[in-house]
Amino acid sequence: MTRLRSLLPLLLAALAVLSAPAAQAQGPLRIEITEGVIEPLPFAIPDFVAENAGAQDYASRISDVIAADLEGTGLFRRIPASAFVAPVTEFTPSVTYANWKAINAQALITGAVVAGEGGRLTVKFRLFDVFSEAPLGEGLQFGGSTDAWRRMAHKVADAVYSRITGEQGYFDSRVVFVSEAGPKNARQKRLAVMDYDGANVQYLTDSSAIVLAPRFSPTGDRVLYTSYETGFPQIYQLDVGTVSRVALPVPAETMTFAPRYAPDGRTVVFSASQNGNTDIYTLTPGSQPQRLTSAPSIETAPSFSPDGSQIVFESDRSGTQQLYIMPATGGEPRRISFGQGRYGTPVWSPRGDLIAFTKQNAGRFHIGVMRTDGSEERLLTASFLDEGPTWAPNGRVIMFTRESAGAGGQPALYSVDISGRNLRQVPTETAASDPAWSPLLP
Amino acid sequence: MKLATKAGALSLLVALGACTDAGRFGAGGDVPPGGFGTGAPIGAPPVTASPIDPSSPQYFNQTVGDRVLFAVDQSTISETGRQTLIGQAQWLMANPAYTAIIEGHADEQGTREYNLALGERRASAVRTFLVAQGVPAARLRTVTYGKERPIEVCSTEACYAKNRRAVTVIAAGPALS
Repeated sequence: MTRLRSLLPLLLAALAVLSAPAAQAQGPLRIEITEGVIEPLPFAIPDFVAENAGAQDYASRISDVIAADLEGTGLFRRIPASAFVAPVTEFTPSVTYANWKAINAQALITGAVVAGEGGRLTVKFRLFDVFSEAPLGEGLQFGGSTDAWRRMAHKVADAVYSRITGEQGYFDSRVVFVSEAGPKNARQKRLAVMDYDGANVQYLTDSSAIVLAPRFSPTGDRVLYTSYETGFPQIYQLDVGTVSRVALPVPAETMTFAPRYAPDGRTVVFSASQNGNTDIYTLTPGSQPQRLTSAPSIETAPSFSPDGSQIVFESDRSGTQQLYIMPATGGEPRRISFGQGRYGTPVWSPRGDLIAFTKQNAGRFHIGVMRTDGSEERLLTASFLDEGPTWAPNGRVIMFTRESAGAGGQPALYSVDISGRNLRQVPTETAASDPAWSPLLP
Repeated sequence: MKLATKAGALSLLVALGACTDAGRFGAGGDVPPGGFGTGAPIGAPPVTASPIDPSSPQYFNQTVGDRVLFAVDQSTISETGRQTLIGQAQWLMANPAYTAIIEGHADEQGTREYNLALGERRASAVRTFLVAQGVPAARLRTVTYGKERPIEVCSTEACYAKNRRAVTVIAAGPALS
């Protein structure tokens, strides 16, 4: 009870500001993420019940993925099964709340898995608010092929996360990145895509040419990236399903890089370099490239606002790298970064409220966020070399590249909350850099 | 002539151990693959000393000097760099059969995209200088590698200083259109 009481002030604040009436009506089990959660919420997730023989292989693995998703946020703590008062052997609409209160589980997730005809799997779950002695939302089920069992687990975890926090989840998503091998002075790079938690890695290119900085389309089916396959950096678009790629029709005699989609998924914004000058262009299918900047300085790393009306980018027109915002059609930019050091790689949050960036100051690299007017700058990380933030689909978590120093230096992927908490390495089978998060999958 | 150049190139490789980016990136023309190694290949013929052919890319790389270095975040050519580039321009004008790709590089202390732009700025500064010295622009191309291909791998200024470079990589072939 004491734990729940301690959550109550946060809860009331959450109810006051959140506009999801369905969630408000669900009862008191609630985490308000923006307030920062110091003490993770304890939850119990008994192994899901395998309702027939074909489901045996999947049931406990599915509950483990759900638990890992929730624990990975830093907002939840799984109570080990060894602490349970009684086993759960049936998936029933009612539970014995006393058994879960006794071990101080605030949330209880129960579920069952059924294997159907033709390699189909159905995953059902219910979420209970133990101390209110009430279900939190309706029971739900997801169906798919057995190959998609991890996705169904992520869908359950997204639903649980969403019901307790009032925020959209981000677990059923993918990350495209650059897989790296070999020594620092002859690094081999390949594009790869994986589940957000590092599972199900699929390679999209070989390592015959340097590839850099892939970016998902707003629908997650295509990827923009830079490749040296002609010997010069040029931007390409790759279809993730067919793994076929095309070079984009960029301005002649330029080197191009830093591509990113507009929210419409058609227009591409990128940088082109020529004669010592790098500027920002857009390319819309069926039209000539449009040049948006023309200063003699470096303008690069463009990123659209989620409504498509503005572009944030970096420029060294003031003498050092700083962040600027301009209209999506070009025009006078407004500088937004004014702190100490250099700012680069700005990325607009999917919620529209924040811009994540890389900051270099006093020999250290940081990932940070600021509001779109440049106010309320907060640095979330510090290391020898952190760079290239990408937003989780719900705008609550940032993934980035962290590279270690020295001759044996290697890059790895890390994630951190926008509160600056819960810094974690994302497991990858090789060294990895340049992550880009997909939207939440359909 | 071409054969003689190749033979000369090979013996020089053995004698000196070529130190060129061309082999590494496959961007150059005449340098045999693997030319960036430091030792003689297994089974190589005995080392024979012979004068370097002044019209060979090896002479360019090792005697003229194939690279210039830059200060942090700068693309201004230093006085030492100017002397090297004057030599490069003279060599290129004396050897019109060759073209060159100028690679611009940055150290690892910068973000990836910015370093690509910075590398391009450095390569372009070298190209502009060479053209001003009289080298036909059509014989010179630029490419940026940003921080993707350091030549030194430590994470101190001693290495960074060598990585902030523009390397003129000689290739055989007609002028670029």
